[in-house]
Order: sequence, then C-alpha cells, then structure tokens
Amino acid sequence: MTTDTITRRGAGLTKARPRGRGLPFAPALGLLPFAIYITVFLGIPAVLAVLSGFQTKRGAFTLNNLGVFTDPKVLATFGSTIWLAAVAAIIGAILGVLICLALLGLPATSRVRTFTNAATSVLAQFGGVTLAFAFIATVGRTGLLTQFLDNTLGINIVENGVWLYSLGGLVLPYVYFSTPLMVITFMPALAALKPQWAEANLALGGTRLGFWRHIGIPVLAPSFFASLLLLFAGAFSAYATAAALVSQGAPIVPIGIENALTSESVLGRAGIAGVYATGMILVVVVVMFAYARIQQRAERWQR
Amino acid sequence: MHVRTTRGLALVAVAAAAALALSGCAGSAAPKSGDGASVDFKTVKSAKDAGGLEALVAAAEKEGALNVIALPHDWANYGEIIAAFKAKYPKIKMNEITPDASSSEEIKAAEANKGTDQAPDVFDLGATVALASTDYFAPYKVATWADVPDTLKDADGLYVADIGGYVSVGYDSAKYPEPKSLDDLLKPEYKGAVALNGDPMKAGAAIAAVGWASVQSGGTLDDFTPGIDFFAKLNKAGNFVKVQATTATIVQGETPVVINWDYLNATATEKVPTWKTVILPGKGYAGYYFQAINVDAPHPAAARLWQEFLYTDEAQNMWLKGGARPSRGEAMAKAGTIDKALYEKLPAAPTDAVLPTKEQSKKAGETITEKWAAAVQ
Repeated sequence: MTTDTITRRGAGLTKARPRGRGLPFAPALGLLPFAIYITVFLGIPAVLAVLSGFQTKRGAFTLNNLGVFTDPKVLATFGSTIWLAAVAAIIGAILGVLICLALLGLPATSRVRTFTNAATSVLAQFGGVTLAFAFIATVGRTGLLTQFLDNTLGINIVENGVWLYSLGGLVLPYVYFSTPLMVITFMPALAALKPQWAEANLALGGTRLGFWRHIGIPVLAPSFFASLLLLFAGAFSAYATAAALVSQGAPIVPIGIENALTSESVLGRAGIAGVYATGMILVVVVVMFAYARIQQRAERWQR
Repeated sequence: MHVRTTRGLALVAVAAAAALALSGCAGSAAPKSGDGASVDFKTVKSAKDAGGLEALVAAAEKEGALNVIALPHDWANYGEIIAAFKAKYPKIKMNEITPDASSSEEIKAAEANKGTDQAPDVFDLGATVALASTDYFAPYKVATWADVPDTLKDADGLYVADIGGYVSVGYDSAKYPEPKSLDDLLKPEYKGAVALNGDPMKAGAAIAAVGWASVQSGGTLDDFTPGIDFFAKLNKAGNFVKVQATTATIVQGETPVVINWDYLNATATEKVPTWKTVILPGKGYAGYYFQAINVDAPHPAAARLWQEFLYTDEAQNMWLKGGARPSRGEAMAKAGTIDKALYEKLPAAPTDAVLPTKEQSKKAGETITEKWAAAVQ
C-alpha cells in the first residue's frame, strides 16, 4: 500500500517536471481566457471611456472637456459621491465587524454561521433596480414599514417628503449591500486570529482589553482598512440602485455620466461623460492602489 | 370564403389604384427610375418616386426586414400599431431595437451601427434631438403629407411630426383633489406626491414640464428660470418626489400626482381606474415627436413603407386611441375620417398654447443644466 502510493507520487513528479520545462508558458496559458475577458470587458472600455473625454464631437483631440473640473457643480457632485460612498462604507464596515464578532462566538460548523455565510454571499450581490424597488416597497411613501409605523405608532416617516429619494436616503440601500460584503471580506481575517495568541497573552498576565489593544486591533487593522476601501470603491461606482431611486438633479457622478450620454435637452456632451469617467477611474485607481498596499500588510498575519 | 373574396376584391382595387398612381407619375419620374428594379430606395423622396405604393411594398417585402428603435408598446399605443403593420405586411420581419432608448440614443445607435443591417431604419425623436440631427435624415414625403400643418414638418421632408400633446397633470382622484392651478400643487395635501417623468437634465417630457411651469407662472419660453423656481418651491415644500414616475410607480402609489404629456398620463387610467388627467387652465405647453428616416437605413424601402403606414387614417386613429394627438388629426376631423368618439375623449386643448422653437429649446437645455441640480437638492 505505502510503496504503491509512493511510486505513484514519484511517477507523477517525474512526469510533471519535463512538462513544466518544455512549456514555460503553461501557467500563463491557463490565465489567458481570464486575461482576454478582462481586456475585452474592462481594459478596452476603460481606455475608450478615457479617450472619449479628450475628443471633440468630431473626434479631434481636445483638452477643453477637462474644463468641467473648474465648475463648482461638478466638483460638488464628485464631493457628494465620495461622501455617500464613505458614509455607506464606514457604516457598513462597522456593522460588518459587529456581525463578524458575533459569529466568531459560534463554532465554525454551527448552523447560524453557515446560514449567515450563505446569506451574506447572496445579499452582497443584491443590488440594482431590484434592491431599489425592495426599498421603495418598504420605506417609500406607500411602503409596508411606512404604513405600519403610521397606522400603529402614529409615526409618519415621510412627513417632510420621501427621504429615500434624496442623496442621504441612498445611504440606507448602500449600507444594505456594503454590510454583507464587509462580513465576507473581514471574516477570514478575524477567523485567522490564532487562539494561541490569546493564550500567550493570558499566560503572560495580559488582560482581555490588553489583547485587543496590543494584538487584536494592530493585526486586524490592515484587513479592516482594506475591506473598508473595497466597500468604498463598490459604493462609489454603484449606479443602478441610485438611478432607480433618485431621478432628479444627478446628485452622484455615475448618474451624471448617464445624463451626459443620453440627454435630450443638451446634446453632444459625450466628451463630458468621458471626463467624468476619467475622474472616477482616477479615484478608484488611488483607492485600489491603497487597497493593494494595505492588503500586503494584512497578509503577513494570515499565513 | 365570402371574406376571402372581399379581400381579394379589395386587393385588386388597391392594385388598380396603385397602377393608376404609377402611370400617373410615370411621366415625371421616368427619367430617374425608368424600370422599377433600378430604383435606389435610399434616395426615393415619395411613393411616387418609387413607382407607386405597390412598388414600394414590393421592394420593402424584398428587403424582408425593418429595424425600428425606441418604440415602447405602452407609448401612444405603439404596441397595436406595430402589430397592425406586422399583420398587414407579414413578409417584413420587424426588429424592435431597445424600446426604452432615449432620442439621443437613437442617433447614437444609427452612428454606431452605420453600414450594418443592425442600424435603425427609422427614428421617432423628441423635438430637440430631431432639429439637431437633420444630417442623419433622408428626405421623404408620405402620400398624406399635405394634411400635416406646416409648422409641424420640415419643408424638404427631412422630418415630420407624428404625435403630440400638451403637458398635463395626472392624479389619483381617489386620494387627491383635482388641482385647479399650478400653485395648488404647492399645498400640503400634495405632500410627497408630485413626480416627473424623468430628469429635465435629460428627458424631453420633464423639460416640457419645466417649460410648462414657466409659462404657467407668467414667464415665457425664452427663459425657463420661473419653471425651475417653481420646482425648487415644490421641493422645499416637501411635495416633490424625486423617483421617476413610471406606470409601475403609479400603480404602486409611489407617484400619485404626475406632470407629464397628456397621452402618457392617459395610459395610466387603464391600470388605475381612478387616475385622471387634467390640462390646467392658463397657458398650455405643446410638444410633438417627429418621424424621420435614417439616411443610411439598411432597409430603405421598408423604412419608407413604415412611414407611409404611420400616416394612414388607420395608424393615425390608433395613435389617437393611445391618447395622443396625431399630426393629421385636424385634417382628418375635417374629412370625417377620424375616430370621433376617441377624438372627443381627449382632454380639452388649452385655448392658448406655446411650442418652443429650436433656439428656445437649446437655451432651455442650458438653463436647466445650469440650475436644476441646485434647485432640487
């Protein structure tokens, strides 16, 4: 039995080696379909979007479109988009951490934990128009919760108009899809906190609070901030949910891009859309760069 | 059997009429067309040029397809019109491209798909886009061209109004009182209730609502600022709902009062029986949509046949059924060919109505882009 396994393993090794030598590109080859996919659906569109920002209506090169960045309204739109994404990310991150901590108290195989894992994976992807309508049906003017609160407790949450359809109102659905994403990204880091570290801390006379202050938080901080940035990038670039809820005044950049592309009132603003897109790409590149750097630090403790 | 015979007879009659028309115009068109097969339908400017309607039908059936774009089935009864065209010309396969596209997306689709058989053959465009995109149009005049008022068509036939209407207020009469004036909408009983069909920064129906609010509050079409100010007040009062009004939000009750074209408001009554549409007293705001043929249409004959079909009594009455005012409406009312019951069911037209010019539309777009976002924040 044992010899058999060993020979088989040995045979596998000898076979594998020459194949590796003969085709040095073999691993890269496996990546090819993904690379093509990314090029066609992310790389090329991103380049085209940026280029369109530097073209006149007739296709000649121009820098004029960049002028929109001197417009305080455009800057305010970028500002409110960043504000919305930041608020949603921070609230989502805090809620996510609390859920993770609660789950940590349960054994990894417990039903609640498996259920939560499954639910977060689904809910993190639950966005767009479906989510928007779910919120309209819950806290809109005639929403179930709105009606219930009004009928039973006499609280009218839409007394001053429906806040769901404002910039601040968007925070609620954004938090809704950010929180499960936080659980998904942060849970592995939290689960990787070794019990031995806690034991060592106790054995050396440390306190529970001391453990978090000197070990837990420093070890988890990079993961936390990396997840936070991921949440921010997700909320910053979200479009469909917001578009289905707030149809007036284009309060965030993605809706501004849509307006510039499809406007019937002011024509030929495709270049402006390109410049908006360039601005968004810049913000996301900075965020993703920071994410990668922080993630490197975080991985140190996850080996 | 009997039915078939009648139909057969009718066909013979149509053929005979077409033959007459053909021979009638043969003299004038002869130098260009000569024999029917060599007609270049891309440059045909009327059914006469094509050698008569029958020749046009034959050529369109030979092309075998027609690409239409941005025609939602619940918009002015387009669903029935498309079905009727399919029934009448079963040999022409209809491709309905992006029914929910906006006017400028139609032009973009023509540009992006230029030279392929995926390009739209015909357009149905809002006024601003139609007036600014004439380079994309092929001139064509339908047989009933003369019936359309001169103000609603291009003299060379590049575009022609199809349907129009007035800005109206639709409301759920079970829950809300009838608004009698613009300022009524600012009252507390309309709290969180008044919505638009889109953002005026991009949607034609919403731009019209702002223009309407301008003339209703004593302004003119030269400056949309009074209209923007009205919506700022509406927003401040907490009455403005910023979600886009659609049939879905009306049925669900989220947008119980909607400022929109009368023919679009009228369609909601089918789903919400208590839904009523009123045109407020005072100055009205008229708006028309325009038909045009893509100059690079992949199916040039079918495109022209579709336009001929839209301006028949039959199709014009179908638009009317959708609550819209067809552009041949007045002429048909005079000739007695209009569906009288439907015509009288339309909300009474305002005694004094305005229609923005190209310059006014352009300036309105700029004013709205400048001021709207801040006004409704």
